[in-house]
Amino acid sequence: MSREYAPYSQPLWRRLLLTREWAVIALLAVVVLYSLANVRNFDGPLTLTFLLLDTAPILLIALPMTLVIVTGEIDLSVASIVGLSSVLLGVLHEAGLSIPVAGLLAILAGVACGAFNGFLVAYVGLPSLAVTIGTLALFRGLAVGLLGTKAITDFPDSWKDLATATIGDTGVPVVMILFVVLALLFTLLLQFTTFGRGIYDTGLNPEAAHFTGVNVERTKFILFVLSGAVSALAGVYYTLRFGSARGDNAVGLELQVIAAVLLGGVSIFGGRGKLHGVIAGVLLIGVISSALRLESVQVSYTNVIIGLLLVASVMSPSVLAWVSGKTARRNKRGPGPQSAPVGVGTQGR
Amino acid sequence: MATAHTGVPTLELRDVAKSFGAVVALESGSIRAEAGSIHALVGENGAGKSTLVKIVAGVHRRDSGELLLDGESVDFGSTAESKARGIAVIYQEPTLFPDLSVTENIFMGRQPTGAGRRIDRSAMYAETEGLFERLGVHIDPRRLARGLSIADQQIIEIAKAISLDARVLIMDEPTAALSGVEVDRLFAVARSLRDEGRALIFISHRFDEVFELCDTITVLRDGSYIDTLKTADTNVDEIVALMVGREVGDLFPKTPAPVGQAVLQVEGLSSRGVFHDVSFEVRAGEIVGLAGLVGAGRSEIARAVFGVDGYDSGTVSLAGRVVPGGNPRAAIKAGMAFVPEDRRKQGLVTEASVAHNVAGVIRSGLSKAGLLTQKAESQAAGPWAGRLEVKTSALDMNAATMSGGNQQKVVIAKWLATNPKLLIIDEPTRGIDVGTKAEVHRLLSELANDGMAILMISSELPEVLGMADRVLVVCEGRITADIPRAEATPENVMRAATDTLEAQR
Repeated sequence: MSREYAPYSQPLWRRLLLTREWAVIALLAVVVLYSLANVRNFDGPLTLTFLLLDTAPILLIALPMTLVIVTGEIDLSVASIVGLSSVLLGVLHEAGLSIPVAGLLAILAGVACGAFNGFLVAYVGLPSLAVTIGTLALFRGLAVGLLGTKAITDFPDSWKDLATATIGDTGVPVVMILFVVLALLFTLLLQFTTFGRGIYDTGLNPEAAHFTGVNVERTKFILFVLSGAVSALAGVYYTLRFGSARGDNAVGLELQVIAAVLLGGVSIFGGRGKLHGVIAGVLLIGVISSALRLESVQVSYTNVIIGLLLVASVMSPSVLAWVSGKTARRNKRGPGPQSAPVGVGTQGR
Repeated sequence: MATAHTGVPTLELRDVAKSFGAVVALESGSIRAEAGSIHALVGENGAGKSTLVKIVAGVHRRDSGELLLDGESVDFGSTAESKARGIAVIYQEPTLFPDLSVTENIFMGRQPTGAGRRIDRSAMYAETEGLFERLGVHIDPRRLARGLSIADQQIIEIAKAISLDARVLIMDEPTAALSGVEVDRLFAVARSLRDEGRALIFISHRFDEVFELCDTITVLRDGSYIDTLKTADTNVDEIVALMVGREVGDLFPKTPAPVGQAVLQVEGLSSRGVFHDVSFEVRAGEIVGLAGLVGAGRSEIARAVFGVDGYDSGTVSLAGRVVPGGNPRAAIKAGMAFVPEDRRKQGLVTEASVAHNVAGVIRSGLSKAGLLTQKAESQAAGPWAGRLEVKTSALDMNAATMSGGNQQKVVIAKWLATNPKLLIIDEPTRGIDVGTKAEVHRLLSELANDGMAILMISSELPEVLGMADRVLVVCEGRITADIPRAEATPENVMRAATDTLEAQR
């Protein structure tokens, strides 16, 4: 009596490969191969190390940022939390605490910052864009206020070395182990848990999510806390990597993170996006900057190219829809003023 | 094929066709709307009614066929051209500018100007007052459109059409969201427009309304014209058979079920300004209908019982245990399921797959060691989608493009998968076609037979009377009557629904 259904409408390889995420990964591969062949010193031993050391904070923060953006919210305060965490690490270490203890306290401060954002967004119901523009200034103000314009540079060499050390002679920095572990955890959280399904539901239709029993408020709150915690962790790394705690560390980093997340195929409206695309997006920007630097192209041109790439990637779904609509029209007889096909079975409205 | 009639019809379509890509939306649409008459256009969802309307409105251009206005062939390239020739369409959900006044909405884009090209507001207000007087409605021309009921918004659209001197008025399911009193007012307006010699086309899924209001009925099925009949010469069964192309059988296949223990007990539930001191119970095997006018507080009571909204005082118990308020998760855990009124906004995540939606509530039970896979979801969703005969090619298809009836099946499947003790279903068949309607009713009857307690909210009186074992009537936030099936009649339900004296007691 009852029907049977195929679980999937497309074969496995199509579902896996013909996606926005794989388009970014393919583009990354093309750019890497091109650079290896044409950019002098791109295949040098230090290129990979510096590329990964430089993009590590972006890679780390992009993980929770992806989840936040999938719920339809945004966190603009991440770079300020990096700065605050950096200053706290410096001040606490100067006061005599060891690096692990000071680092842990700095991360707890990040948790508190994230909880503050999350409380205002999830439970008070304020728009995250406004809240985190406010806390962007607030947390940065605290960081600069604590330390003024001076810098603390007196960190133990062993920790500074660890922050830049590589795994054996692979050229891959040790910090990548931390990143890979976190990336796996965040991927499991987003793609393979009920909490992750709730993240997508919240982004696609918060009202229906609420009716289905998803705890929309708690979901958003937890994600802002994770964003604060990981940003503070990135702040600790940032400080040790450059051996310098300053109030203005990582200014503007939030825009690089968000740009990479969007480039990786996450919809700014929420509900869509996966982490492998985002990671490829971050690395794509890193590789392009690195290759252009080796070619001695000015940083301003690098920014122009990355900006154009981002605009193109955000436009691409609409352009593709327009092109396929146009071909479909050309193939069918008769011109039609309406490009949007109207579902026949749907309710007229 | 068309009825023999002398004189030229105001609007006539002959064998109009329209395709979108490979999909044929309208194969051969025909209708003759005469001046001074109300013509019903009926058909199942997907029969092509909306496409036909959109062709007349100038939204779509026809691929072939003839469109005649006063016997003269016309071709509309835009909605503006259609409006200029005197055609007005009132949609189910009017699109007014909420931050502009009622008058500004009526005169949008063609404000009368006085000296120095300044907008002449007093002339606008005066004309609006005249229009409202003609329509016999009391709306302040200066108030903002925001916060107007859907019924009032439709009246504004009609006023706009009259001020443009539209000769053809098409109303696309105007009554779907209206209460009885509002429907009566709309019908009075429609009749007076007919008597002024305009041609009206009325689209509705509600046969009682079609037969009450319309002079002629045209049936479409699968994109093709089937027949046109005089209302006086036909009956509901004949029209349904023409629409479906087969006999549907009983629309309300209610079988008596053994009634067991009380499952839901609501005591003294109050929420300030919304509902007051609401007490009732629903027992196992029982379908309780919650009737009343739109805005009486029926949906609000259901939402509070399920916990999507909070309440101020009172208790909700399920199977003898008190369920904490304001928390849908607690209600689900206790054994409640809730099919909400607006499936696109509240019932479904339309941009997600069928499997994702059907497994949406039960997914925490599907994860192993905290991990949930798509495979587990589709394995759990498959049988439930199958039981409800959801029409889809695969379980990972998006729910967005499905028809209303199919989407409703997905929502019901999602909640039945939780194996609930109590099913609350708000407007179970709003905007879905006759065939699916009968399926949903049969399913509700079966579920009650299996011992489920069902609380059904409906604005369609025939549905309440046809399906409920007991009818609770809500008026102004209070329960004003509790009528057993045998005694329920349209008259006593409507009397209780308008019993404001009792409600204010």
